[in-house]
Amino acid sequence: MNAMLYFLRKLGLLFRRKQFHDELAEEMSFHREQLQQEFQAGGMPPQEARFAAARQIGNVARLKEETLDTVGFRFETFLQDFRYASRQLRKNRAFAAPAILILALGIGATAAIFSVVNPILFEPLPYPHPSRLTMLWEKRSDGSSMYVTFGTYRGLAERTHLFEALAVMKPWQPTVTGPAEPERLEGQRVSAAYFHALGVLPVIGRDFQPADDQFHGPNVAILSHRLWRRRFGADPGIVGRQIRLDDNTFTVIGIMPPGFENVLAPEAELWAPLQYDPSLPFDGREWGHHLRMVGRLRPGVSLTQARSQLDVIMPILTRIYARGYTSSGWPAVGFLVNSLQADLTADVRPALLAVLGAVLLVLLIACVNVANLLLARNAQRRGEFAMRAALGAEQPRLVRQLLTESLLLALLGGALGMVVAEFGVRALLALSPPGLPRLSAIRLDPVVFAFGLGMTTLVGVVVGLFPALHASRVDLHTGIQQSSQRSTGGQQWTRRALVIAEVALALILLISAGLLLRSLQRIFAVTPGFDAAHLLTMQVQESGHRFDSDQARYNFFDQALQAVRQVPGVISAGFTSQLPLSGDYDIYGVELEKENNPEGHGAFRYAVTPGYLEAMRIPLRRGRLLNDRDRNGVSGAVLISESFAKHVFPGQDPIGQQVRAGPDRGQAARSWSTIVGVVGDVKQASLELGDADAFYIPNKQWAWADNTLSLVVRTRGDAAALAPAVRNAIWSVDKDQPVVRVATMERLLAASEAQRRFALIIFEAFALVGLALAVTGVYGVLAGSVAERTREFGVRVALGATRADLLALVVRQGMVLAAIGLVTGLVGAVAATRVLGTLLFGISPLDAVTYTGVSAGLAAICLIACWVPAWRAAGVDPSITLRAQ
Amino acid sequence: MAKKPELLPGTLDMLILKTLTRAPLHGYGIAQSIKALSRDVLTVEEGSLYPALQRLALKGWVKAEWKTTETNRRARYYTLTAAGRKQLGVELSEFEQMILAITRVLQNA
Repeated sequence: MNAMLYFLRKLGLLFRRKQFHDELAEEMSFHREQLQQEFQAGGMPPQEARFAAARQIGNVARLKEETLDTVGFRFETFLQDFRYASRQLRKNRAFAAPAILILALGIGATAAIFSVVNPILFEPLPYPHPSRLTMLWEKRSDGSSMYVTFGTYRGLAERTHLFEALAVMKPWQPTVTGPAEPERLEGQRVSAAYFHALGVLPVIGRDFQPADDQFHGPNVAILSHRLWRRRFGADPGIVGRQIRLDDNTFTVIGIMPPGFENVLAPEAELWAPLQYDPSLPFDGREWGHHLRMVGRLRPGVSLTQARSQLDVIMPILTRIYARGYTSSGWPAVGFLVNSLQADLTADVRPALLAVLGAVLLVLLIACVNVANLLLARNAQRRGEFAMRAALGAEQPRLVRQLLTESLLLALLGGALGMVVAEFGVRALLALSPPGLPRLSAIRLDPVVFAFGLGMTTLVGVVVGLFPALHASRVDLHTGIQQSSQRSTGGQQWTRRALVIAEVALALILLISAGLLLRSLQRIFAVTPGFDAAHLLTMQVQESGHRFDSDQARYNFFDQALQAVRQVPGVISAGFTSQLPLSGDYDIYGVELEKENNPEGHGAFRYAVTPGYLEAMRIPLRRGRLLNDRDRNGVSGAVLISESFAKHVFPGQDPIGQQVRAGPDRGQAARSWSTIVGVVGDVKQASLELGDADAFYIPNKQWAWADNTLSLVVRTRGDAAALAPAVRNAIWSVDKDQPVVRVATMERLLAASEAQRRFALIIFEAFALVGLALAVTGVYGVLAGSVAERTREFGVRVALGATRADLLALVVRQGMVLAAIGLVTGLVGAVAATRVLGTLLFGISPLDAVTYTGVSAGLAAICLIACWVPAWRAAGVDPSITLRAQ
Repeated sequence: MAKKPELLPGTLDMLILKTLTRAPLHGYGIAQSIKALSRDVLTVEEGSLYPALQRLALKGWVKAEWKTTETNRRARYYTLTAAGRKQLGVELSEFEQMILAITRVLQNA
C-alpha cells in the first residue's frame, strides 16, 4: 500500500516537473534571502552577506540534482544523459560520423554473416523434434560413405525398431504437360514414410500410404504448395484429379503446407512413391547405390545406441543378400549415422565457421578503432570533464554520462548497421556457394535483429567503458589549467596498445585471405585433364513413351548430335553419361579377364558417343579413340584412364585386355569387351582429389540406353554465346525434350570451388576493411602525437635537430608500434589459421611465403601511414611554435 | 573557522521530523530551529534539507503547502503527518537503542 502511494506521488511529480523545479528554486532562494537578512542584521555588508548565505546553503546545482535523484525516476537521468549525449554528437560530427560509420560496418557485417550462419548451423531444423532426425549412409571398408541401395533400406527396415520412420529418396525430374506450357519440374521419388519421417503432413488431401509405394503401384503424386499455386491456380479440387507427367497419368493425392521447407531437396516441388521391386532382383536398380536414407529415431534412442545396433545389422544383410551386394560393386561394412543437421551442413561448416571468425575479427577491429577515436576525443574534452567534476559531478555519474554517449554511438551505428546487413545478406546470397542448405531461411528476421541489438549494446559498453574510466579519473587542477589537447602518458599508452591490437588483428585477416588466395591459385593450377576453355555443356533428357525402346533413345541422341555439329561456330561435340566437375558421380565395377574378379574394380563410368573425348580434348596416350563403328552388336571397345592402367596393369600393356563392366560383370553369357586405348586422367568429383580410375565405353555398348546424357560442345568463340543456337539445334530434332544445366565448362570449374571462392571473397573484403581501419588507426595516433609535440619539435629544431632527425624520430615511433603489432599478429595467425584447415589446398597453414609477403606488405603500408605525420613534424618552424605558447 | 561536528549519517530525517512536531515550519525555519535547539553545535549544510524534505514528502511523512509568512512572503511550510509521527517514534527508539549500545561500549571497554 505504502509503496503504491509512494509510486503515485512520484508519478504525480513527474507530470508537474516544471512546477516542482520552480517551487524548489523559490523555496531555496527564500532560504537564501532569509539568511542574507540575518547576516546583514548581524552587521555584515550586503555583498558579503550574500556570499556567506550562498556558502551556507551549499552547491545549489548539485542539491537540485540530488533532489531530482530522490523524486525522479531512473530513466529521467538517463534521458538527461541521452539528450546531452546526442547534443555532444551533433556538435562533433567530424568525430561522430566516422565512428558511427565504422560501427555500422562492423555490426552490419556481423549481423549479415550471423543471419546466414544461424539458420544453417545453429537453429534447429524446421521440423518437430528435429534432433531425432538422422541421415544414414552405407559405410565402405575405408570408412567413407556411399549412397544406400534399396536392398539395404528394405533389409534394415525389416530388422530394426530404432526408428519411428525410415525413408529413402532420389531426385526425380518429370516433365509436366497439360493445358499450360510443358515444364520440367524438380521432384523426388520417395518411399511411403518420407513425410512421416520429417513430421510434416499434407495440408490438403492425404500422405503416401504403404499401398502407394508398391511395385507397379498406382501413379500418385503430392504437390508442394508453391507448385499448386503456380501451376494449378491453388484449386483445392485438384486433389483426386489427374495430371500428366512424362506421358503418364498421375493422381494428385495431397498438397503440402505453404511453409514446408524440404531441407533434403529444397528445389523439389512434387513427390511420387519410389515403387521399387521388393523381390530385390540382384541385377536391378534395387542394388544400385543411389538412394539417400533419412530416419526419425524413436524417442529416447540416442545416436550412439543407433550406431552400435546398426553395425550389427549390416553383416547380416550382406550374408543374406550376398549376390545383391556383390552386384552393387561396393561391399558395405556398416552404416554411417549422422544427425540430419550435421549431415546437411558438413560441407559448408568449415567455410561458414571461418567466415564467422573473420567477421568477428572485423568487428573487433572496428571496436578498437572506435575506442581509439573516443580516447582521442575524450582527451580533447578534459577541460569539460574537469569543469563538470568541479561543479560536483562524481565519478560514477561521469562514467554513466560517457557510457551513454558510447551507447548512443553504438545504437546509431547498429541502426545503420542493419541497413548494411540488409545489403550484406543480399550480397551473401548472390555469392553463396551452391549446396548451401536452408537458403530460404536466410534473412534479417527478429532473431538477427535481437542479435544485432545485443551486439550493439555490448559494443557500446565495451567501446565506451575503457575510455570512460580513463576520462573520469581527471585531476581537477591540471584539467582546468591546461584545457589544451595535451593527453597524459597513460592515455597515450592505451591508444598505442589499441593500435598494436588493430595491426595484429588486421594481419591475421590478411594472412588468412592470403592463404585462401594461394590455395585457390594452387587448385586452379591443377589441370582438370581436359581443355576447359571454349567448352559449352548442357544436359539433354528424353521424356515420354516414344523413347521406351533403346533404339529410339540412340536415334534421338544421334540426330541431336548431327544437328549440333551443323551449328556454325561448333568445332566438335559429343555426349557423355557423366560430366566432370558437374556433381555427377557414377561408379561401376570392371571385371578383368586376367584376374577373374566378378565383383570388379570400381571406376568412373563414362558411356559416351564418339567425338566426346575429341571435344573435351582428353589426350590419347596409346591405342585409339572410339568411333562410329563401335556400336551395339559388334565386339565391345573400351578406353581406360592412365591411372586405371597404372593400378590394374602395372608394367603391362593394357591394350587388348578383356573386361566386362557394370551389370555384365560375372555374367558368363555376356561377351568381353577389349581395351582399345588409354587416355589421360580427368578430374571428375573435384580438382583437389587425386586421379580416380575411369573407363569410357560407347553408349551403345553399355548394358542399357541412358535417357539422360550431357552434351559437350567445343566452340570457336565464346562458348556461352552459342548456347541458344545449340539448344535450338536439339529442339529441331524433338522440341519437347528438356535441355537443362546449360553452363560453360569454365563456370562448372569455378563452381566446383565455390565454397573456397566464397570464403576467399569474404576474407578479402574483410581483410581490406581491417587493413583500412588499422592504417587509419596508426595514422591517427601518430598524427595526434605529432600535434601534441609540436612545441617539443620546435625546441629540438632550435637546438639543432635536422629535418631528417625529426622524420626518423616520428617514423621510428610509429614503426615500433607497427612492428609489435605485426609480431603479435603473426603469433595470432599461427593459431587462427588452423581454423581454415580443410579450406586450404596444397599449402600449409604456416606457409612461409604468405606470412612474409603479407607482413612485409602491411609493414610497407604502415610506413606510409607514419610518413605523413612525420613529414608534418619535420616541417615544424621553431620561431612559430615556440612563440605560440 | 573551527570545524563543527558533522551530523551523524541518517539522523537528518529524524531531526526534521522532530522539529516539525511542534508546529509546521518552512525550510529556513527548520534550519534555524535545529541550530538553535542544538545551541549552534549541529549545523546542517542547509541546502541538504531540501532533498531530504522531498524524500519525506514522497514517503508521506510530511505534507507541504504554500503559505504566507509573518513578513508577508510566500513560503512552503511542512507539516508532520500521522504517518510521520509514527515514523519518528520508530526512528527515535532505534536511535536510543544505538546510543545506549555505543555508550555501553564506551563505558565498559
